[in-house]
Amino acid sequence: MADITLRINGSEKQVSVSPETPLLWVLRDTLELTGTKFGCGAGLCGACTVHVDGSAIRSCSTPVSQVAGKSVTTIEGLGANGLHVLQQAWIAEEVPQCGYCQTGQIMSAAALLAKTPNPTDDQITQAMNGNLCRCGTYERIRKAIHRAAGGGAR
Amino acid sequence: MSPISRREFVGAGLAAGAGLVIGFYLPHGEGGQKESFSPNAYLRITPDDKITVVVARSEMGQGVRTALPMILAEELEADWKQIEIEQAGASTLFGDQTTGGSASVRTTWDPMRKAGAAAREMLISAAALSWGVPRSGCTAELGHVKHAASNRSMSYGELAGKASTLPIPTDVTLKQSKDYKIVGQRLPRVDSPSKVKGEAVFGIDFRLPGMKYAVLSRCPTIGGKVSGFDDKESKKISGVTFVGKIGDSAVAVVADSVWGAMEGRRVLNVTWDDGPNKGLNDAAVLASLKSAASKKGANMYAAGDPAKAGGRKISAEYLLPFMAHAPMEPGNCTASYQGTKCELWAPTQVPQDCRDSVATAIGLDPDQVKVNVTLMGGGFGRRLEHDYAVEAAQVSKAISGPVKVIWTREDDMRFSTYRPASLHQLSATLDGSGMPVGLTHRIVAPSISGQKGQPVPNGVDPDLPDEAGPVYAVPNYTIDYVMTETPVPLGWMRSVYALQAGFALESFIDELALAAGKDPLKYRLQMLAKDQDLPYFTTTWKTARMRAVLQLAAEKAAWDKPLPAGRYRGVACFGCFQSYMAEVVEISMENNQPRVHRVVAAVDCGQVVNPAILEQQIQGGIVYGLANALRAKITIDKGRVVQGNFDDYAPLRMEETPAVEVYAVPSQEVPTGIGEPSVPPVAPALCNAIFAATKKRIRTLPILS
Repeated sequence: MADITLRINGSEKQVSVSPETPLLWVLRDTLELTGTKFGCGAGLCGACTVHVDGSAIRSCSTPVSQVAGKSVTTIEGLGANGLHVLQQAWIAEEVPQCGYCQTGQIMSAAALLAKTPNPTDDQITQAMNGNLCRCGTYERIRKAIHRAAGGGAR
Repeated sequence: MSPISRREFVGAGLAAGAGLVIGFYLPHGEGGQKESFSPNAYLRITPDDKITVVVARSEMGQGVRTALPMILAEELEADWKQIEIEQAGASTLFGDQTTGGSASVRTTWDPMRKAGAAAREMLISAAALSWGVPRSGCTAELGHVKHAASNRSMSYGELAGKASTLPIPTDVTLKQSKDYKIVGQRLPRVDSPSKVKGEAVFGIDFRLPGMKYAVLSRCPTIGGKVSGFDDKESKKISGVTFVGKIGDSAVAVVADSVWGAMEGRRVLNVTWDDGPNKGLNDAAVLASLKSAASKKGANMYAAGDPAKAGGRKISAEYLLPFMAHAPMEPGNCTASYQGTKCELWAPTQVPQDCRDSVATAIGLDPDQVKVNVTLMGGGFGRRLEHDYAVEAAQVSKAISGPVKVIWTREDDMRFSTYRPASLHQLSATLDGSGMPVGLTHRIVAPSISGQKGQPVPNGVDPDLPDEAGPVYAVPNYTIDYVMTETPVPLGWMRSVYALQAGFALESFIDELALAAGKDPLKYRLQMLAKDQDLPYFTTTWKTARMRAVLQLAAEKAAWDKPLPAGRYRGVACFGCFQSYMAEVVEISMENNQPRVHRVVAAVDCGQVVNPAILEQQIQGGIVYGLANALRAKITIDKGRVVQGNFDDYAPLRMEETPAVEVYAVPSQEVPTGIGEPSVPPVAPALCNAIFAATKKRIRTLPILS
C-alpha cells in the first residue's frame, strides 16, 4: 500500500492503494467515479479511456503510480460546466445504444478534437479505432465528431 | 417457476398479455399515495401530474425504456414530456419478463396499449362526473381532459383521485394508427443523456455499503471440477478476505477491491479434475456434426415432395463455428444474502429466471429472492443465462455479506454459452429454365434448449420455429432439423439459429442463380413473384412482403445500375422473428480480403414504434453480423475455449465499418421483431459479393479463417 496524490477533474485526491493498481480500479472503486468502464483489462477496447495531462490513455493498463501528480480527467469532469460539445453531439446523433462504451468513446474523441479541431474522416478513424462498440455505433460516432467539430452532420 | 424454454416464455407472455388489463390490476391505491391513480401495474398518475410508466423488459441498448412507454402514452393521450420511467424487477404482475427473441415490442404492444386506453377512459369518466356533463362531450388530449362546450379542462393529475374510485373498463377501443401522435415519431431516447455523462448505472457500477468484490477461478476444461486449491499466496494479497469453493467447479476470491480479488485469483493455485472432455477439439465437433448428418431428423416444413421433383440436381454443404456474444460489459451481479432473504442487482434479460435459479441454489423460496434489473452494457443473448446471479448469491451466502461478482473479459470469452456450430446440407432440383422445383434444407446442429434440459417438442429445438422458416415459394420444399449433442455450453446469441439458416439458404440461392445463369436479385424476385402464404409453425410467411423488402433494398442500392470499377455487390433476404429483411452489401477486395463500403437494408417489421430506434437496431445488427461473418469463431482445444480477449476474438472496429442505410416498408401491421432480423442476411450478402468479385464461393464461416 502507498499513499498517492492524484489530481482528478481539477481536485486533489489522496488514495491509499497498492501502487501497481490500475488507475481504472482506483477511479471506479476508490473514488466512485464509475463513468469510466471496464471492458477488457488489456488496452484492447478503450472503454476505460481517460485523459492524463490532456492525452487519451487506457486506465485499465496504467498503474496508478504512473499518474501521481499528473492531471487526470474522466467523463465526469469533461462537461464540468454543462454538457461538453461532444456529449451534445452524441445525443443529437442518437449515438448510444447500450451506452457502455460511449464514455470511453467520448474521451477518445475529446482528446482528438483538442489537438485536431477539424479532423478528417481518416483522422477520426485513426483516433477512434482503438475504441470498440458491440452495438455498432461507429458511423454515428463519426457523424457526432464532425458535428461537434462544427461541420454539422454529414 | 420451473425452467422453461425461451420459446414458451414468448408464448406465455402473449397469453398473459391478452388478459392483462383485466387480470393484473392492482387494488386501487395500493402502494401509492391516496390520491394517485394506478389502474394497472404499468401505470401510476399522481396529483403532481407525474405519469410513471413501468417498463417490464430489460434495457440492453435496444431502446425498450423509450419504445414501450411510447406505446402506453399514445393510448393514454399523455404529454410525452410528463412521462417518467420505472424499471420493473422480477415480478408476478407482468407475465413473462424475458427480454429476448426480438419480442419486447411485439409482446407488450397489446398490454401497453390496453393499459393506456383503460386509464384514458377512466380519466374521461372522472372529468365528466366532476363537471356533470355527458362523457361523449369530453376528449382526452396531452394529459388533460377537455369539455369543448363549456371550455373546461382538467389535468390528469387533478383527475387522478377521482379516476381511482371508478370501475376499470373491461373492453376499450384502441386508437387507429392514422391517429397516432407518439407512436411512429422519432422521439429521442430517454437514456441518452445519462449515458453520455457517465451517470447511467450499469450492473457493474452498482454498489452497496460495505460491499466486497469477488472473481472466480472456474475450471478451464468444459465439464471439469475443482479437486483442490491452495490459497496461501492469495491470502497474502492486500485486501483479500475470503477464498472458497463455489459449487463444484469454481473457487471464489473475495477482496475489498476488484483489483485485490483479481490479484488474489492470479496467484491462486487450483488443481482441476478435467473430467470427460479433455480430449475435445474442433475436429471432434466437426466429426459429430458430420456423423449426425446421416440421421433422418425432424421435419419442420413440407410443401410437396422434393424427392419426386425432376430436373437438374445441385447440392452444397455449409459449416458455421461456435461464436461468443462478447457484450462490452463483462458479466457481473451484486447480491446481498441475509439469512431468510436475498436481494440482487442484476444486469439480466431474465429477472424471473435469476430469482428462481438463485432460490434453488441457496435454498430459499422464490418469494424470498428479490431481483432488481440494472442497465446492461449489451446483452445479445448472453444475459439470458443466470450464471452471474447464482454465483453472486452463492458467494454472498458464503461470506454472509454483500458482494459483487465480476467476470473479466477472459472469463466472459471462455465461460460463455456459445452460438451452436452447425452443418447445413442443401439440395435443389432446377427445371429447364433454371428455377427450383425442389429444395431441401437440412439443419444439423445441437439444441440449445435441449442441452439445458428444456423441452424439445417433436425433436425440434423450440427456437427454430422463429428462426428457420421458408423464404420462397418452391413447389417441393422441405426443411428438416437433425438434433446433435455437444458438451460445449450453448446459448442464444443475437438472431440465434437464423444466422446459420440464413447464411446457408441465401448462399445456396446464389449458387442456384449462377447455375441458372440469372442475376441473383432477379432470380430471387422470380421465386417470390407469386403472392403466396407459407405457413411455418405459428408464423405465416408472405412472399409479397418479402418481395417488397427485396425490391426496396434493390431500388435504394440502385442494383440495376453498374458499379464503379473494382466494386462488387451481393444480396440476401431472410425472415425471422416475424419480420422481413433484405440487404445489399457493396465491397471491394483489398489484399484478398473484402472491404465493405456500404450496406443497404430494407425491413418490414409492421408498425414502427420509433424509427430512430429502428435504424439504430438495424445498423447495429448489421455491424454485429459483419463481425460474425468475418472473424467470429470460438475454437475448442483439449476441452478448453482457446480465445480469451478482443485480440483473438476481434469485433469490428471503426476502420472496417461501412455506411449502413435503413429503409422501412410503411406498414400498419402489428409490430414484429427488429433487434435480430438484420443479422442473418449480412453473411450471405457479403459472401455473395465476394463471389461476384472473386468467383470463389465461401461455404464455411468465418470468412477470414
